[in-house]
Amino acid sequence: MQAALARRNRAFFLAGAGVVAGMIGFAFSAAALYGAFCRATGLYGATQTTNADSSTEGHRTLKVLFDANVAPDLNWRFEPETASIDLLTGHTATVFFRARNLSDTPVDVNASFNVTPEVSGPWFDKIQCFCFQQERLGAQESAEWPVVFFLDPKLETDPSMVGVDAITLSYTLFPARENSSRSAP
Amino acid sequence: MASVSGFVASEIDPHAGHAPPRGLRRYLFSTNHKDIGTLYLCFAIFAGVIGSLLSIAIRAELMSPGMHVFPLISQIMSGDNSDGAAKNMYNVFFSAHALVMIFFMVMPAMMGGFGNWFVPLMIGAPDMAFPRLNNLSFWLLVASFTLMMTSMFVEGSPGMNGFAGGWVLYPPFSSTAGTPGPAADFIILSMHIAGASSIVGAINFIATIFNMRAPGMTWFRLPLFVWSVLVTAFLLLLALPVLAGALTMLLTDRNFHTSFFDPAGGGDPLLFQHLFWFFGHPEVYILILPGFGMISQVVSTFSRKPVFGYMGMVLATLTITALGFVVWAHHMFITGIPLGEQEFFVLTTMAIAVPTGVKVFSWIATMWGGSIAMRAPMLWAIGFIFVFTVGGVTGVVLANASLDRELHDTYYVVAHFHYTMSLGAVFSIFAGFYYWFPKITGYMYDERLAKIHFWLTFAGINIVFLPQHFLGFAGMPRRQVDYADAYTLWNFVSSIGAFIAGFGTLVFLYMLYEAFAAKRVAAANPWGEGATTLEWTVSSPPPFHQFETPPAVRFDGGGAPIVEGGH
Repeated sequence: MQAALARRNRAFFLAGAGVVAGMIGFAFSAAALYGAFCRATGLYGATQTTNADSSTEGHRTLKVLFDANVAPDLNWRFEPETASIDLLTGHTATVFFRARNLSDTPVDVNASFNVTPEVSGPWFDKIQCFCFQQERLGAQESAEWPVVFFLDPKLETDPSMVGVDAITLSYTLFPARENSSRSAP
Repeated sequence: MASVSGFVASEIDPHAGHAPPRGLRRYLFSTNHKDIGTLYLCFAIFAGVIGSLLSIAIRAELMSPGMHVFPLISQIMSGDNSDGAAKNMYNVFFSAHALVMIFFMVMPAMMGGFGNWFVPLMIGAPDMAFPRLNNLSFWLLVASFTLMMTSMFVEGSPGMNGFAGGWVLYPPFSSTAGTPGPAADFIILSMHIAGASSIVGAINFIATIFNMRAPGMTWFRLPLFVWSVLVTAFLLLLALPVLAGALTMLLTDRNFHTSFFDPAGGGDPLLFQHLFWFFGHPEVYILILPGFGMISQVVSTFSRKPVFGYMGMVLATLTITALGFVVWAHHMFITGIPLGEQEFFVLTTMAIAVPTGVKVFSWIATMWGGSIAMRAPMLWAIGFIFVFTVGGVTGVVLANASLDRELHDTYYVVAHFHYTMSLGAVFSIFAGFYYWFPKITGYMYDERLAKIHFWLTFAGINIVFLPQHFLGFAGMPRRQVDYADAYTLWNFVSSIGAFIAGFGTLVFLYMLYEAFAAKRVAAANPWGEGATTLEWTVSSPPPFHQFETPPAVRFDGGGAPIVEGGH
């Protein structure tokens, strides 16, 4: 009887350890899934990526504001060509961002991005963006990077978007790290 | 004591055939569930006193606008009395207060202390399933506490000591951006070890309760305290590894240049909040569910009635547990989550009020028509039902995402969770403490001192936290060392309450001294016919080993179970 009890207790211990290992695995997989989940759902201002213009025309006009930032340890200048545009839903817009490497060495950068209010993420569709890949500028080199995007007309039916008249698209340039992932939402 | 054919713990009983070891060895190397329970209780009292001192320092500072107390404390603790250092030290104090109270006072007292002591006794088992792991659990906690205290004396933010980012440890403040110094690493490692301690303890409870119940002690005859410990053990098993994962990510972000929470490398600090609260919300049920169980035992004993709606109580506990895992984002309403999700989390959060209401109703129905004895444990239990209901009601208010926009990070939140924790959890601990004190020590406490302790604490803590609702509604932000003059009055009142409650703690310590000095011997069952659980069938204090041959438990009628055999 004692041996049987010891066996059962051991089984519970192993099962418990298994649950613990599983939950730790769950936490780490959450880290991987989180970015994918945000991109898929537009959560937290993760914008959408698409390769074609909107197929439908909308009839709401929203103001889209542009914001550009540079991480503290990066000696660059970075700004949008215009502070804001008014955009009809379903219409495709192209906006350029001017970047200049002020340092004397070539630098690779990644741009992290999001839109606020965050609830507009699912309806903000980018066709082309410098943030899709790592960018590189040589010493003192400058460039104009385009962002091509539209606002999905379906946002007109989203109750979260009722009070939203302006959307801010924000970028921050970071010096690229080795092995850095491109999963910024 | 030979255990040839007896019902013994799965590991070979190290004490079989000889007297209990004496002195330091008995406790350092103990594998006895009662000795380890006693160690946990002593540890919880010690940590509780430290946590209370931290909070009294906070309330002393907030007694009037301006900075008075923390420049001095900072001078003593870090040799720097500048405003910056003083503000930092204030933040270090409230962070440490939370961590100490949660991980080193409430959890050790409820699970480690009362759980260890009474789960085996209540189910008719000789000990826990893994007595040596039990010892490991306790001493890991001591190591963890040492790390935690050390962090207050090493550098955190540049030029300042201690970790100042609250118990939630949100990055980027807890990453190298906000706290480059090792204070944050100490906290992270401390939490890792405390988590390991609790996980091992949880597995121990689960194996014990599943495998070692005496014949006749069927699932739905288990005392509600045992149920609540079992459910809490499952919560620990599911929630703590997620914290461990999040903390590991934070640790590697800090020390090995990963980017889980760092936007520069494609990470997101909000991910930490999700992981933290996926642990953090079940954690608050970990802190209160064993208390629910104790309150059920105490109310039933002193009303001389079985608990009203036993099955409802069990199901309510299970429902609270399940719902506890799907409400976490109600801590994050203002982080920009979409409307649909806010609606989901409002709904699930509000739903928790239903099973909780079932429990409160059942306690009141248990008292209804009962022969109530207003002994000290019962006073604490009734006090618990009152303050926990207040905390629950303000919780329903805060569950509304719309109201949370106004109340988030104000003193209203502080008042809410202290009504559930500082008053709720602590009151249930004291209810359990006075209830089982004669069983644990073999001595009766002094009823008069116990009641003075109760009334001082009840008055004191209500004076502390009731006015904080007003401060919160008026918009006073939490976690700040100073405040606008307009908030002076209620802060002053609140601080007076803290001193009253602090005096209550001194009475508690004197009560302990008095009980051990007076040596009033307690009977096996000092509470009479209302006390129907198995721990009251053995002597006070119980023998070093009990139930080595399992008792047969029969439940005839509604009264006490009939225990046959077993010694």
